Formats: sequence, C-alpha cells, structure tokens
Amino acid sequence: MATVAQPVTIGRRLRRWEGLPYALILPTVAYLGLFFAWPMVQAFGLAFRVDNEWTLGPFRTMVHDTNFRPALTFTLLLVVVIVPIQFVLALVMALIANSKLHGHGVFLAIFILPLAISDLAAGLVWQAILTERGYLNTFLTKVGILDHEYIWLDPTKPRNLVIAVVVAELWRSTAFVMVIFLAGLQGIPHEYTEAAEVFGAGFFQRVRQIILPMLKPAIQVALLFRIIFAFEAFAVVIAITGRAKTTLATEAWRWQAEYFDSHVAAAYSALILVLSLVSAGIVIWMFRTPKAQMMR
Amino acid sequence: MSARVVSWLPKLLVYLVGIVLSLWVLAPLYVTTLAAFSSEEDVYKYPKELLPRDLSTETLSFFLNFAGMTDALWRSVFVALITLALSLAIGTPAGYAIARFSFRGSDTVRLSVVATRAFPIVILSIPLAVIFIRWGIDDTIQGVAIAHTALALPFVVLTTASVFANVPAELEEAAQTLGCSRASAFIRVALPLALPGLAASAIFVFIISWNEVFAASLLTLQNRTLPAEVLSLLEGAPLNFRFAGGFLLLAPSVIVILLIRRYLFTMWGRVVR
Repeated sequence: MATVAQPVTIGRRLRRWEGLPYALILPTVAYLGLFFAWPMVQAFGLAFRVDNEWTLGPFRTMVHDTNFRPALTFTLLLVVVIVPIQFVLALVMALIANSKLHGHGVFLAIFILPLAISDLAAGLVWQAILTERGYLNTFLTKVGILDHEYIWLDPTKPRNLVIAVVVAELWRSTAFVMVIFLAGLQGIPHEYTEAAEVFGAGFFQRVRQIILPMLKPAIQVALLFRIIFAFEAFAVVIAITGRAKTTLATEAWRWQAEYFDSHVAAAYSALILVLSLVSAGIVIWMFRTPKAQMMR
Repeated sequence: MSARVVSWLPKLLVYLVGIVLSLWVLAPLYVTTLAAFSSEEDVYKYPKELLPRDLSTETLSFFLNFAGMTDALWRSVFVALITLALSLAIGTPAGYAIARFSFRGSDTVRLSVVATRAFPIVILSIPLAVIFIRWGIDDTIQGVAIAHTALALPFVVLTTASVFANVPAELEEAAQTLGCSRASAFIRVALPLALPGLAASAIFVFIISWNEVFAASLLTLQNRTLPAEVLSLLEGAPLNFRFAGGFLLLAPSVIVILLIRRYLFTMWGRVVR
C-alpha cells in the first residue's frame, strides 16, 4: 500500500503536515506576546525604573500616600466579605437550578441574567436604589417601615458604604460563581446522591458529604477567578461612594488618569498582580490533593 | 395525610427560596428600567412611582442629547465590533487546534491561556497607555480595540476550543474520506456545526468590550467609549444622567444573556473543568 505512488495534493500534504496546529496557534501566541506579555514586562519597568535608573521610588510614594492604607484595607475587606456570602448564595441558586422541580429552568434563566453586567452599570443601578430619594426608601416608606428618608450612602458612615458596595457586587457577580457551580453539579452522577438517599441521608447530609466534596474542583476554579476579579474592583466603588472609598485599582487609575504618574500607577498595579498571584497560590495550595489520596 | 405534608413542605420551601432569590435578581433590573423610562418630573419626585404609570423617553433623550454622548455610544459599538472581528480571527484557529490536535505543548498553550486571566487588566492598561502614546495611537478607538482584543483573546481561544470539542471529529474525518480536503471538510462540516457556539462566543466578546471601562478610560481622552465617558462625567452628575446611563450600559448585557443562554454551558464546559 505504502509503495503505491499517490498524487500528493496540497490538501493531502496539509493533512499530514505536523506543523499545522502550531501554525494555527501562532497568531494567538504572537498577539498575546506583543500586547499582553510585553506590556507586563513594561509595567515592571515603569514601576522599578524612573529616568533610566533602578529605584524603589514609585513604591515609596505609593506606600506613603494617604490613600494607600484605606485602599489596601478596603480591597482586602471586599474580598473577605463578598466571597464567602457569594459562595453560599451561588450554591443555593445552583442547587435550585439543578433540581428536578417544575420551573427549575425558569429559575436558572433568572439567576444568570446579571452574568454579563459590568461593575460600572451595577454601581449605577444600586446608586439609584440606595440614593436618598431613591427606590429603597420609596419602597420602605410605602410598606410603612420608614417614615422619613434614610441616608443609606452617608459618606460619614463608612460601614454603610461598605455594605452598599458588597450588596452591588453580590448582586452582579454571584451569577458567575453559580454558572461554575452548576457545571460542577451536572458532573456529579446522580447515582451517588440517589444511593445516599436510599441509605437515609437527609438533604443537608447529602450536600455536606457528597455534593460539596465532589464540587471541590468547581469551588477551586470559582475561588481563583472571583478573588482575582475582586482585586480589580473599581468602577462600582466610584459609582456608589464617589471619592469616599477607594480601592487599589481605583488608586492605580487615579495616579494614571488624574495625576499623570505612570510610575506610581504601575507600582499599584504590580501590587495588585502580586496579591492576585499570592492568593491564587494559596487557593491552589489549600485545594491540593494529599499524596495519600492520590495513591488510591 | 401527614406524610403528604412532610413531602410537600421541603418542595414549598425550595420554591420560596427560589422566588426570593429571583426577586433579588429581578427587582434592581426592574427599577433601573423604570427609572430610565420615567419623565424628568418623576426622576426627582419622592416618593417615587413603583409601577410604570407614566412612561416617557425624556430621561433617555436627556442622556443621549448630552454633549458627545451619541458619539461615545457609536465609538463603543465600533470598538466592540473591531474587538470581535480581531479576536475571533486570531483566536478561533487556536481554539480549533487545541480541540482537534494532540501536539507537543498543547497543554502548555491551554494552561498559559487560562493563566492570562490571573494577570489583571489593571496592570496591562498602564503600560499600554505609555506604549500607545509612543506609537501615536493614544486616544483612538483602534488603541482601545487592541487592548480589548488582548483581554478577549484568551476567552475566545478557550470557548472556541470547547465549542469545537463538541463537534465530533469523526464527521470531519468522514468528509475527508469522501473526498473533501482538510480545509473543505472544516468549512463544509465542522464550521456549520460550530457556528451557533461561535456566534455565542462572538456576542460575549462584544459585551466584554462594551463593559470594559478601566483600560478604555486610561487609553482615551477625547474619544471616549460610552462607559469611559459615563465614568468621567459621574462626579456631580444629575440623577437622570445616572439612571439613563445605568440602563444603557446594562440593557445590552442582559439581552445578550437571554440570547445566548443555551450556549453558555457548551462555551464554558471546558473552561470550568
């Protein structure tokens, strides 16, 4: 068979050509190299080099800036408060959407609606709700709970502002976690939960002992993405709190857009990158499979 | 009888929780739509109307007649379209390669594409702003589209890979044994089957660009996209500006999710697992 001479057409040659996959990924690699990797390197250049000299000056300016501490604490606070609440909410939503109830599809359709909403839009939405003459006060007055307008977004009450940003972010970004959880749930064979049910496991027992352990990979992926996104919180904070609250990303933006200092802005973004990578590392380490378990 | 109640109770509870969560998602969407379509008088009225009694386009037209706002809106559309075309043209072949071929380094490529997400857009925008000034494309929609493509490309590669993985390779092989070349088997067999998924991915890319505000506002000064323009005018903006702006930024993303709902899991299956 092999000895029979075959007319070698271009198509045939293409079929056999081992370089084809590499040719197909080349444009992506080239583009990401030029507009992703190279700017990253430049970012560190900006942060560590001023006037062609190596320096820690931008970092010193950053750390001594009055907004640095508030920005750092608020960014971390948002991550720590939003993520756990969001994961519980997302799990409940995913369980309902994955149930065999009548109308579970309708619930799913509603739960994923905010999936693509931007943080700026979410900020504007919740500002309209929480503003003094806004919709929440209207509702609470009509129901009879309030008799005067309550100032939810009082700049002198930082805790209120934190809650407002948390609520807006929960509303916007829980859909993303739910989608990941739902994909994970659909990967769990129902024989497992059914068997548990047969042996008398209640609902919460099934969640704790079967669903959560099987959902571990999905939880890990969701954690990685959510923590990294939370470090980028920016427009939602500006839309809701104005200048009363600030995050690391907001500071990076202000130093570039308002103070025209790319070096300090790059220092802030380098800090965000380091925090993202460190927390990603912690998540991966937390979810590592113990050796004993891998042997089995 | 009591056994029946016991079996009904948890179900009822689940429905109740589901309805409460649905209201939590829907109420803000409803209020935003209501606010955007209220008359100027209603915008400043208190207590506000909670039912659509007196719908008007006053608020939206106030926003759109705001100096330069329609230009910003069109710029957003153009940037999103350029981003969509560029990232699909570059990323789809890579997605196909990852789905179809097992080649040395394919896992590395896939993992590094996933890993790009760990590097926030925040760190990318600042050096790009500096580089674009040097290249003379600062404050242009091309510049913003280039940055948005860098953002959207990893997403396109992963989602198209997942879409092509759902098109059986056997079909393409069958077409080839029946005399199609590799290229025509792809165009005639794989592409039509993958088209809905690819369209979903494209629509999502449009929204990624439409939503993006951090890079857009750092890369432009005069030629701002819609979200960048809204952000720059936000301080001290009147209520009707905020209401209409919020609605216009949000509406496309909600409509898009309704449109591509069916393809979300095909698109994300591989990314998630």
